[in-house]
This record gives sequence, structure tokens and C-alpha cells, in this order.
Amino acid sequence: MQEAWEGFTGGNWQSEVDVRDFIQRNYTPYEGDESFLAGPTERTKDLWNTVLGLLEEERQKGGVLDMDTKVVTGITAHPAGYINKDEETIVGLQTDKPLKRALHVNGGIRIAMQAAAQHGYELDPEVVDIYTNKRKTHNAGVFDVYKPEMRACRSAHIITGLPDGYGRGRIIGDYRRVALYGVDYLIQDKKAQKASTPSVMTEANIRDREELAEQIRALQQLIELGKIYGFDISRPAANVQEAIQWMYFGYLASVKDQNGAAMSMGRTSTFIDIYAERDLARGTFTEEQIQEFVDHFIMKLRMVKFARTPEYQNLFSGDPQWVTESIGGMGVDGRTLVTKTAFRYLHTLENMGTSPEPNLTVLWSTRLPKAFKEFCAKTSIASSSIQYENDDLMRVYHGDDYAIACCVSSMRVGKEMQFFGARANLAKCLLYALNGGVDEVSKKQVGPKYRPVVGDTLDYDDVIDKYKDMMKWLAGVYVNSLNIIHYMHDKYCYEAIQMALHDKHVHRWFATGIAGLSVVADSLSAIKYAKVHPIRDENGVIVDFDIEGDFPKYGNDDDRVDRIAHDIVHQFMEYIRRNDTYRNSVPTTSVLTITSNVVYGKNTGSTPDGRKAGVPFAPGANPMHKRDTHGAISSLSSVAKLPFRDAQDGISNTFSIIPGALGKEDQVFFGDIDLSEVDIQIENPVCSACDTDSSAPEGAEDR
Amino acid sequence: MAQQVIEATRDVTQSLYTPGRLHSVETMGTVDGPGIRFVIFTQGCPMRCAYCHNPDTWEVKAGTLISVEQLADEFESKRGFYKNGGVTVSGGEPLLQPDFLSDLFTVFHGKARRDASGERLEPVHTCLDSCGYAFDPAHPEKFERALAETDLVLLDIKHADPEGHRKLTGRSPERIIAFGNELARRGVKVVIRHVVVPGITDSEEECEKLGRLIAPWKNVVGLEMLPYHTMGVVKYEKLGLPYPLEGVPQMDKKRIPALREAVMRGIREGRGLAR
Repeated sequence: MQEAWEGFTGGNWQSEVDVRDFIQRNYTPYEGDESFLAGPTERTKDLWNTVLGLLEEERQKGGVLDMDTKVVTGITAHPAGYINKDEETIVGLQTDKPLKRALHVNGGIRIAMQAAAQHGYELDPEVVDIYTNKRKTHNAGVFDVYKPEMRACRSAHIITGLPDGYGRGRIIGDYRRVALYGVDYLIQDKKAQKASTPSVMTEANIRDREELAEQIRALQQLIELGKIYGFDISRPAANVQEAIQWMYFGYLASVKDQNGAAMSMGRTSTFIDIYAERDLARGTFTEEQIQEFVDHFIMKLRMVKFARTPEYQNLFSGDPQWVTESIGGMGVDGRTLVTKTAFRYLHTLENMGTSPEPNLTVLWSTRLPKAFKEFCAKTSIASSSIQYENDDLMRVYHGDDYAIACCVSSMRVGKEMQFFGARANLAKCLLYALNGGVDEVSKKQVGPKYRPVVGDTLDYDDVIDKYKDMMKWLAGVYVNSLNIIHYMHDKYCYEAIQMALHDKHVHRWFATGIAGLSVVADSLSAIKYAKVHPIRDENGVIVDFDIEGDFPKYGNDDDRVDRIAHDIVHQFMEYIRRNDTYRNSVPTTSVLTITSNVVYGKNTGSTPDGRKAGVPFAPGANPMHKRDTHGAISSLSSVAKLPFRDAQDGISNTFSIIPGALGKEDQVFFGDIDLSEVDIQIENPVCSACDTDSSAPEGAEDR
Repeated sequence: MAQQVIEATRDVTQSLYTPGRLHSVETMGTVDGPGIRFVIFTQGCPMRCAYCHNPDTWEVKAGTLISVEQLADEFESKRGFYKNGGVTVSGGEPLLQPDFLSDLFTVFHGKARRDASGERLEPVHTCLDSCGYAFDPAHPEKFERALAETDLVLLDIKHADPEGHRKLTGRSPERIIAFGNELARRGVKVVIRHVVVPGITDSEEECEKLGRLIAPWKNVVGLEMLPYHTMGVVKYEKLGLPYPLEGVPQMDKKRIPALREAVMRGIREGRGLAR
């Protein structure tokens, strides 16, 4: 049918958009080792050195090399930009110059102004005027609708990180579609989708039709973007270089359009490998050339940057974007999805040195080919730059064509997306339950004026009763705040190009989050198994606790308290589920706070577990610091008891271990794999991922 | 990770098995056998190795009496973590308690064992970390049951030279070699361990000699050269014991590969293969 498809095995993918079908019918699993790989070309070395020079310059300038202050970003907003046009085999930059940050204003104009000002730039007054007085932003929309209660919860830090400032992110376009079908086909498909909408103009139908129109327009702009760089991407890609280039244009259009909390790439290596195999067989390209395309593609992903405020960046070590690319995994038919291109992607870490971005994520299965496992191990040791996730666990829920958005959020590519947002501080919620909704720090009435606890000793049943009521209230405020946010995001900051690379019927996850789990578990355990006496201030607000006796602590594989932790997650999710969620999205939650646990702790008073006011929470689902006294396995066992069913968006446990404690450094068994040749250099301390605070900082609200 | 002292929560007199004298357990052992392992440190040791980093395990009358059932329960609650590992008994010297060791390994190997819901439990990989000195060549039958249930032995050869061995450990090596011979006869897989101490066991000659010594044992599947470290000093201070290797520096890890090669050379030589 299509010349570009010659040599491919046909199937359903030819009659409708079905990338998985194309992959399954055409890919070649690879069980061999890395000996076929090619090193970096002179051009690659030269280009990467140029980029390293620019990154160094950026660092010296305090974190930002250059910033656009006038041209509002968009898919076609900038002319072509290059690192070195003659040497690049894969092209395309977010703006007209490498590392120059684009001006994103749809999220909020004040936040954009603040981000610029803090790096010494000033936005063009006309742009400020337009987005203040003439064109509304996402942030303005949200603040128009927020109830006073929601704003109070926001400033009291009982709900934090609401994505009312930056983009919500966590949406992965199926960028492979651009390469396989060409954009014309995708436009025809979207037009057909629009034509098939019902004729009764309900609000939902109107919205659908408008969004489809926006998607079609974004796809037309995508063709334009190709033209700016001299390519005709209206037609399908005809070889591996084009396939990578087409796919990258799809991604580039997304990061030109959106400043999302995590702009992940997807799961592309198996797809690309089909083109690579065909070209190798035809003699179109050599291994060295193919590796060069991959290197240049990954180099581009390493250069993705956004203009953000230092508050946002300080939450992390560095300036992370969470450009996650998922690699490997197993197919549902038992064949491995590892191909030679999986090796090529990971090999970029050697060809161009280590890098935290893109976040190369191996979908690990015990059944992965041994040679690939060994290659991963060697590359990990040498680069410390690979993330691993459990494919055997996620495949059960998402099949074999899912990818990771951000750090752990799994979704089927092109079929599922996520409304991401924020975390509820369950430890503070417990204090609200004790104090009848009065904030223990500000002493303001933030929550509902329920009856506070009375007496000198906390009674477990009474506290649980009150805590449930308060959780129910918090879940309501939280879900409703997110409903506003995602409504406004769709309205004023719609991800048209990313959604154009999705099916019409998208499964939407409604991703909530919780913080302070181990504090709550230990607090309730203390109330149940020890004697906890509240200490009240002159106004009767409980500000501290006196604990008499010992109690089981979460993190020691002790069911008495681990069960409490399990039940809290489950109970809170039950309350979340009782609320209507925007666009019938399916609620889930995560226990993922990895660096912001410090901030949550800072804003939370003393808790009944003996934690003093201001002391950091444990990260994610970790036990509290130094309370897990029965060894690593017991600590991990406690965490493993949390219900993944309720927290499908991820449960994190931060766990550091010195290399020596992981096993023998040297060869023990004869004929064992010998890693001694690998040159070890440690870089890139692991950053937290889904921890972005996407809410507008103080004073950066548009209303 | 860290060793934990655990209390006996079950009445050992009610146990179906011989109780053990326990020093501590390590629930995430990664250096005593393959994979992640549940490591049981027994109390009591007949050796007095100069570099011993667990002098608190020497005294045979100390420790806690513990039942096999309690150890099995501890293991089962964390079984998922030990899929690619298993159980290791270390010490102290486990062979001082052959009946406990036999019962323990029989239970962990127990092919007919079932969990609470009646599911059959997979046998657990068993590993014995021993210096072999407590082995009695005159009565090998005392160790018959334990060795029949042992999948892997980590056998410490402290010094290749009998005189050097006596000086370093206070004991002569005959029984240890006899134990090695017994393991070879039975075909139990063995990993040889050798602690490399500067000025004592760090010469190429000594290492080659070690190679020749172990060459006849075809059941040797691995070799581990452990660079001497001084992390045990603290324990001596706590126990008020003089530290025998006072002033001996930590072993330079860079020299380990060459010394390992020397042992390998010795093995090849001992087997009549080309150096």
C-alpha cells in the first residue's frame, strides 16, 4: 500500500492506528550480547563537546543560558535551531538556539514573569499585557473558581503541589504514530473521529469537537514544524533516520507547546528497531550510522529545558525534566521486547557519557534475556544512570505497550493519560481531626469545625472516628480542587499535540497522592499501644504530645502497625473514590514524596508519634528515620504490605545501600561474569521524580 | 547491613528439634553466599584467629538458645526476598552444633514442608560458612546429616602453611584439611575463602601454596579473597580484649587480583596443568 511500508508484515495496523500491532508483527527480539554496538562517530563527539560547553556556560550563568522573553512558544513559534547544522543527523530544538528556554505563558503569566525575573530577565510588556488583560491563563481560570476553603488548604499546606501554575505533564503522546503513518493520515483519522461525534450538542460533545479541532490544527502545525527543518513529515517515515526524526518532531512539538511537570518520551526502542533491521538488511545504513542517529536523538532529549522558578528547581538536585524513555520488558506472548535498539539506547551512556536525562528506564522482568541483563548491569555500574521498574508487575495491569510517565506512572501509550496532581498531607489531617479543624501552626480554622478530642489521654477508637471524618472532608476538598485544575488546564492550556497522538477514547487516570503515611501509622500505633497525652496551648489547641510507654513502629515487619498503614491508604482511597472526578477519570493514588517530605514536615506541627514540629516526614512510604530497627528486609517488608491496588500510581521507598553491602565486588565463582573491565565512575545522585511542586508560588497567582 | 540480636520468643523445650546457641541473625546477608540470604550466626568458636572481627561469638556458653521453628518462621515471613538466595549458617563455628545444624538444614530443605494454607514450600538453598576445625575425622558420622543437607560450603583456609596457621589461629590445620577432604569425597560444592592480611597471608608464595593445597578438591567452585579490614577493632575494645593485629594496616584491595591469580596458578600446578 505505502511505499514506506515495503517489507513490513501487514496487519490491522494498516487499516487503523494500531502501533502495537505493527510492532508485534514486525519486531525482532534480540537475545545476543552487546558486541555488535558501534562507538561514537567524530561528529557525535564534536557535537556533544559543543553541548557540554554550552551546559558549562549555562551553569556558570547561574542555571540559565538564555531565555526567550518576547516570542510566546508554540509548535511553529521559532525558526529552525541547531547545535551545528552540518553535523546533526537528527535535528530540532525547542527554540532557535540550543538551551535557550522558551516562553510558556498559558499556565500563568505571573509565574512566567517570576521565572524570568529570578534569572535576570524581564518579559516583554506587550506579552504581559496580553496575558494579563486580554487572554486568560490556566492559573487565572483556577483562581477564579477556587473556593476560600481550597485556598486555605493550599496555604496551610494540608494540600500541596496543586498543578495550578506549571503544566500538569504526565501525558505521553504516541510519537511513534508520526513515523509509522505520517501526519496526513493522522489528520484524516482525527477528522473522521470528529465527524463521528453525536449530533446533539451536549457540553461534553461540544468540548470533544472543539478539542478534536485543536488536535487537527496542532497536527497541521506539526507538518509545518517539519517544513521549518526541511522535512515532509506528512508522509510516513521511509527509513530509520526518518523514523527517529519524525518521532522526535512529535515530541519536540509537545515540549514546544507544554511546560509539563514531566514530559516523558514513551517506549520507542522496539518500534525504531524494526526500521533499523530493515535498513541493515537493505544495506541502507551501517550499524555505525544507526548508532549515530540514536546518539543524536538522545542528545536532543538531554537538552530539553524549561524556564522555571528556583523554588521549583531547588526541590531537586539540578534541573530535571523527567524525559522518561521505557526500554525492554516482555511481550504478553512471552517473547522479549528487547531488541538491538534497546542496547543502542543504553549505549548512548557510554558513547556520550552519563546523563540524568533522558531518564532511561529498563522495564525489568526476570525473563529478560541474560545478555541484556548483564549489559544493563555493566552499564549501570559504569554510569549510575539507569532506572529499573518491574515489568512483571505492571504488565498485568497495562499489557505490553505501556510506558512510564515521570518516574513511575505507567500508562498504555496513546490509550491512557493521567490527570496528575498534588498530595494530601495525612499527618496534618490527623492533627486537624484532634483539633477540630484548627490548623496547629497558624491556629486558623481551616478544616470544618468538628468536635476536637477532649481529655488527657487520646482514645484510639475516638481518634480513628474523628480522623475518618476529617479524611473524608480532606478527600472532598482535594478531589474538587483537582477537578477545577484539570477543567481549566483543558480549557486554557490544552495539550493539543499530545492528545492528537492518542486514541479518541482515552482512559483517564485521576492521580492523587498522599504524604506523611509513616507519621500517621506510628501516631495511631502510639495512641493504640502506648499512652499519648495531648499538650494544649492557652487556647486549647493541641500543640504537642507526651508519650508514655513504647509502641510498634512501622518499618519492622510488625503487622500491628503495618496493618494501620495499609488501612489508611485504603481508607483514604475509598473517600477519594466517593467524589465525582473530572471527565469520569479513574482515581488512584501514590505515596511518592521524595524530597518535598522535608517541606511537608516543616509545615506540620508535632505529631502523636513523638515527631516534633517541623521535623521532616519520611520520604514516600518510608518508615520514619531510625525507627526501623530490624534490618533492611523487615523495613522493606512493611512497605511491601501497602496495597498497590489502591496506590497504583506508585509507592516509593527510598533505600540507599553502600556498594559493598550489595554483594561481592570481585569475582567469586569461576566462570562468573567479570565486571572488572568496566570503568566505574559515580555521578548523578538519584533525584526524586514525581515530586514536582507545580503550584504557583506565593505572589505568582494571576488572580 | 547489620546483625541483629533476637530474643527467643518460643519455648525451646517445646521444639521438635535440637535448639541452637545463637549469636545473632542478619536478614539481608549479601556477602555470605549467593543472592540475598538469611544469615544465622551461631555462638561459640574453637579458633582464635588474630583478625577475627566477631570476637563476641567466641564464648561457647554465651548467646541465646533458640528453636529451629522460630528461625524458620523468621525466614518465612520474608521468604520473597530470598528467592535467589537462601539461608547461611555462619558463626562462631556452626560445626560445634552439628545436631542443630542438621535439624535446621533439614527443615529448610524440607521437601514436604507446607505453609499455613497448605501450599508446598520450595526447598531453601542452604549454605554453611565454616573453618572446619570442629570437624572430627574420627567421627564423620556426627556430621553426616548436616552435610547431606548442605548445598554450598564457604570454607575458610586461614593459612596454607601449618606453622603459619598455628601462629595466626592458635590451632593446627589438620582437621580443616580433613574436613575439606570429606567435602570433596561427598561432592559438596565449596567456595574457598582466604583472608589476606598484610605481612601474614599476602605473599604470592603463600597464595600459590594455598592453590596447591586445594587443587585436589574438584568440588571447589569458587574462590574468594577477602582483604583484611580493621572494622573488628571496636568489638575488641568493647570486650576489653587486646587486639592481636594492632598496627597492621588494612589490606590494599588493588593487590587482590594478582594474589587471586597466584592461587589459581597454584591450583593449575597442583592439578598438573600448565601454569
